[in-house]
Amino acid sequence: MLVDTTRCIGCRSCEVACSVANGNFVPDVKEDNALEKVRDTTDKQFTVVNQFHTKKGDVFVKRQCMHCWQPACVAACLVNAMFKTKEGPVTWNGDKCMGCRFCMVSCPFDIPKAEYHSWNPRIMKCTMCYERLQEGKKPACVEACPTDTLMFGSKRELMEVARHRVYSHPDKYVHQIYGEHEAGGTGWLYLSAVPFDQIGFRTDLGTTPYPEYTKQFLVSVPLVLFGVPALLLGLSELADRKKEIHEYHEWTKPGADK
Amino acid sequence: MNNTAAVTSEVNRVIRFFWEELKPRGKWLTPFNVISIPTIIVGLIILYFRFVYGLGSVTNLSQDFPWGLWIGFDVVTGVAFAGGSYVITFVVYVMRIDKYHSIVRVTVLNGLLAYIFYAGALVLDLGRPWHIINPIIGNSFGYNSVLFLVSWHFLLYMIAMAVEFSPVVAEWAQLEKVRKVLAALTLGAVIFGITLSILHQSGLGALFLMAKPKIHPLWYSEFIPIMFFVSSIYAGLSMIIFEGTISHKVFKDLIGGQNHHQYEDIVLGLGKGAAITMFVYYFFQALIFIHEQRWQLITDVWGYWYLVEVIGFVLVPCFMFAYAVRHRNLGIIKVASVMALIGIVLNRLNVSVIAFRWYAVDKYYPSWEEYVVTLMVVFTEIWVFRWIVTRMPVFRKT
Repeated sequence: MLVDTTRCIGCRSCEVACSVANGNFVPDVKEDNALEKVRDTTDKQFTVVNQFHTKKGDVFVKRQCMHCWQPACVAACLVNAMFKTKEGPVTWNGDKCMGCRFCMVSCPFDIPKAEYHSWNPRIMKCTMCYERLQEGKKPACVEACPTDTLMFGSKRELMEVARHRVYSHPDKYVHQIYGEHEAGGTGWLYLSAVPFDQIGFRTDLGTTPYPEYTKQFLVSVPLVLFGVPALLLGLSELADRKKEIHEYHEWTKPGADK
Repeated sequence: MNNTAAVTSEVNRVIRFFWEELKPRGKWLTPFNVISIPTIIVGLIILYFRFVYGLGSVTNLSQDFPWGLWIGFDVVTGVAFAGGSYVITFVVYVMRIDKYHSIVRVTVLNGLLAYIFYAGALVLDLGRPWHIINPIIGNSFGYNSVLFLVSWHFLLYMIAMAVEFSPVVAEWAQLEKVRKVLAALTLGAVIFGITLSILHQSGLGALFLMAKPKIHPLWYSEFIPIMFFVSSIYAGLSMIIFEGTISHKVFKDLIGGQNHHQYEDIVLGLGKGAAITMFVYYFFQALIFIHEQRWQLITDVWGYWYLVEVIGFVLVPCFMFAYAVRHRNLGIIKVASVMALIGIVLNRLNVSVIAFRWYAVDKYYPSWEEYVVTLMVVFTEIWVFRWIVTRMPVFRKT
């Protein structure tokens, strides 16, 4: 998915379409004045549009799950409830999830949201309308967008489109495509007229895929699991005090050295 | 025929014996009971609301702070405190240093109960606890998850500790043949248990590796797993000293006075071990501090808070331990052990809760319900501990 924030007019049709498609709380776009403050996605709204006042005028930015190439939430999940499908979307399986919320701790974009006020809480987030994709349709937000801010396609195609736009309008865009490398690359790409830290993006996330941070530890696990018992068994034999004293006496028996 | 009859009568004896032992003994109206019984009752009521109306009804957890006091203190800190069990079994069964033999049973019991209750507190925090078997039964193995490893190790280590402690139970139930079989398993369980401990103590630290952008840089480093492991050694040693001090007051009749001189030697030895491991830990902290050039980070409130933890509750108790061992001063050792434990609480809570999203506007503060449930867990553990030590041969052999 490509989001060209210079095209967004803040109509929030995507918010409505998303909530309708997912059976969530549908915001009253005309009346609720929600753009006045910067919002976060919630367990009842998987995407929100925020307004930022910048030197180049007001910029509207859609937020939702970034669908990372190597997602931290998937690496965090101990039951494979968070799952990176081969088509790209990251989905959640309620039959497996045990509600530990480690995905929420790990996600660099703070996307997974828990239903705290339910006896059977779900982890809620954008699934890029995975079920619609299966039927050959596009995600609901893309179909609802009236200004072509959102563009659906493979990352390779979209990178070309994005680069083309930046190269042909070098004054209009900052020369960065957010999501190309951030957190190891994401499934959603963003274009902007102003630096990304001015429109609510974290620019300190690094380019390392997040699962890499735990890889070193996980690789050392089998080493410890087999090395340490061997070492301990050996130590235990060496430290057998009773034997030691016995042998010591034999060594120091008068005449033993002759 | 005779054989079957003998077995049946033996089984009957054991059942009757357990039934008799289940009944409470001693005085009811002790200060501890007066405080703990209402706390446990209120805690159970809170848990009712938690399981019917969800975590949000009793906790202050939010989308920004998915892990609070129940994980940060009960699980992450509680498991570090239980580290004494693997350290002492290493010293006694692997290094075969007999001096500490007399405290093995009570330490292993403490470790076992700590894992059952504190790691068990994890279940209270899980949103869908009935799915807790999923990573165990094999329909969904998340091999790449640190939490997968930690959860398996919790389970296996609890079994290992149960095996280590089982000869005491057999001795208590007067099942001599069973005891012999179980005692033969001890060394294997100990070695397995130490390996698992190294991995999951560090694994608890590794849980936070992916939260890199959310943890204050003074508390985040790629070495969190190693720091968690090293600090669990002195956390465990300090906890043994602390618990021993209390047990010697409360269970005076059970322990008896003749072992006092021997006990003093044990405490001094534990203090020495704590001093050395704390110094290693501090040295490593300092290395990370210099290597990552954190000078400019210590000039604000978070910097002072960091210094309070690392100087005030690591370096100071470290020197207090060293001084006290040299001058054979048990009083200072006890104070130092409490300070070291506070340092562990600070460190674990800083990583998991306090310095987690330090930039957040709406910080997380635990609700009173979370405190009560935490106290409930601790009190229930003490109840079970007391029930066991007053019945089984924990403090000395029968």
